[in-house]
Amino acid sequence: MHRFANPARFQRLSSAILPWSAGATVVLLIVGLYFSLFSSPPDYQQGETVRIMYIHVPAAWMSLFVYVNMAIAAACGLVWKHPLADLFAKAAAPVGAGFTFICLVTGSLWGAPMWGTWWVWDARLTSVLILFFLYLGYMALVNAFDDPQRGMRAGNVLLLVGIVNVPIIKFSVDWWNTLHQPSSVIRMGGPTIDGTMLTPLLVMAFGFTTYFITVVLLRLKAEIVQRKIQTMRLTEAQG
Amino acid sequence: MTRFLRLVARDLRLALRQGSDATIAVMFFVLCVVLFPFGVGPEPNILARIAAGVIWVAALLASLLSLERLFQNDYEDGSLELLSLSTLPMEAVVLAKTLAHWLVTGVPLIVAAPLLAVLLNMDAEGFGVLVLTLSVGTPILSLIGSIGAALTLGARRGGVLLSLLILPLYIPVLIFGAGAIDAALNGLTPRPHLLLLGGLLAGALPLAPWAGAAALRQALE
Repeated sequence: MHRFANPARFQRLSSAILPWSAGATVVLLIVGLYFSLFSSPPDYQQGETVRIMYIHVPAAWMSLFVYVNMAIAAACGLVWKHPLADLFAKAAAPVGAGFTFICLVTGSLWGAPMWGTWWVWDARLTSVLILFFLYLGYMALVNAFDDPQRGMRAGNVLLLVGIVNVPIIKFSVDWWNTLHQPSSVIRMGGPTIDGTMLTPLLVMAFGFTTYFITVVLLRLKAEIVQRKIQTMRLTEAQG
Repeated sequence: MTRFLRLVARDLRLALRQGSDATIAVMFFVLCVVLFPFGVGPEPNILARIAAGVIWVAALLASLLSLERLFQNDYEDGSLELLSLSTLPMEAVVLAKTLAHWLVTGVPLIVAAPLLAVLLNMDAEGFGVLVLTLSVGTPILSLIGSIGAALTLGARRGGVLLSLLILPLYIPVLIFGAGAIDAALNGLTPRPHLLLLGGLLAGALPLAPWAGAAALRQALE
C-alpha cells in the first residue's frame, strides 16, 4: 500500500488508468442507457416510470459505496498517516454527495407518480438524507481549518463516526415497515428482478463505478499538482 | 477514578461560578417552546398533539447551545494540553467533561420539561415518559455533541459547523424520544422506543468518548 504513497508513482499509474476508465465510462453509460431506455421492457404495474430505477438504484449503491470507500481511506489515513488516503477521501466527497443527491431527487421524482407523494419520512429516505448531510458536513469540516492537514484529519474522524449510518441505510427496509420497497437485487436467495431489467441495471452500476474512478483520479491528480505548485511558490518566495 | 471525579468537579465549579451556561440553556429551552403557541396558534388540541416533538426539538437545540465551549476554553488557555499529558486517558477526560456538560445543561432541561408540558397542554400520562426519555436522551446528546465539539476545535465558524455536523446524528435520538411519548399518549406501550433509546445510550457511552479522544489528539498534535 505504501508503494502508492509516492505521488510521482501515483501520477504515472493514474495516467495509465485514466484513458481506460474514461473510455469504459462512456461505453458502459451509452450501452446502459440504450438498454435501460429502449431495450428493456416497461414494468407491468409501473409502466415506463420504472426506467427511473436505472439511475436511482445505481446512484443509491454508489452513495453507499463511495462513503464506505471514504471511511476505509479515512481509517488508513489515521492509522498509517497515508497522505494519498486523506486526499482520496477529500476528492471523493463531492462525487459521493452528488450521487446521494441524484438518488434523492430521482427517488422523489419516482415517488410522485408511484406513491402519490414527493417525500415520506420513512426510515430509508430519512437515513439517506442523513447520509447526504454527512457528506456536506464532511466537506464543510475539511475546509474549515487554516491548516488543510488538520481539516482532513478531523474529517477522517467524522467519516468513521458516520459509518454507523451505513448499516442503518442498508437494513432500514428490513427493520422497519417502510413505504420504500425491500432490496430485490442484493438479497439472500438471489435477485428477484427479471434478467431483462437486471442486465441494464448492472451495466449502469458498472458505468457509475468507472465514472467515479475517473473523476476521483482526475481530482486526485489535480490536487497533487496544486500542492506541487504551492510548494514551488513557497520555495520561490523564500528565495 | 478520583482524578476523573476531580476533573468533573473542576468543570462543574467553573460552570457554576460563571453561572451563565446552565441558565442560558434552560432559558433558551423555555423561550423556544413558548414561541410555538404564538406560531401555530393557542388551540389546546394542536398544542397537545405537537407537545412531545416541540419539547424534544427545543431540548436538542438547547443542549447544542453550549457545546461549542465544551473544550474551547481549555484548548485556548492550554489546560487541555496539560490534561492530555496527565496519566488520565484522553477518553476519560472527554467522558468527564461530557458528564459535567450534561449535569450543567442536561439536568436543568429535564427539570424544566414537565412545566413546559403543562404549558403545551400535554396529557398527564405523558409526563413520566417525557422525563424518562429526556433522562436517557440528553446524555446521548451530550455524548454525540462531544465528538462534534472535539472535531471543530480551532475551526473557523466552529459553532455553525458544529450544528451542521451534529444535528443529523441527533435525528435517531429525536425519533425515539418523541416516539416514546407519542406512544404513551396514544395508550400504547413506550417500551420499545425506550429500549432503543437505552441501546443508543449504551452504544454512545463507550464509543463517543473514544471518537472524541481521537479528534482531540488530532487537534493537539
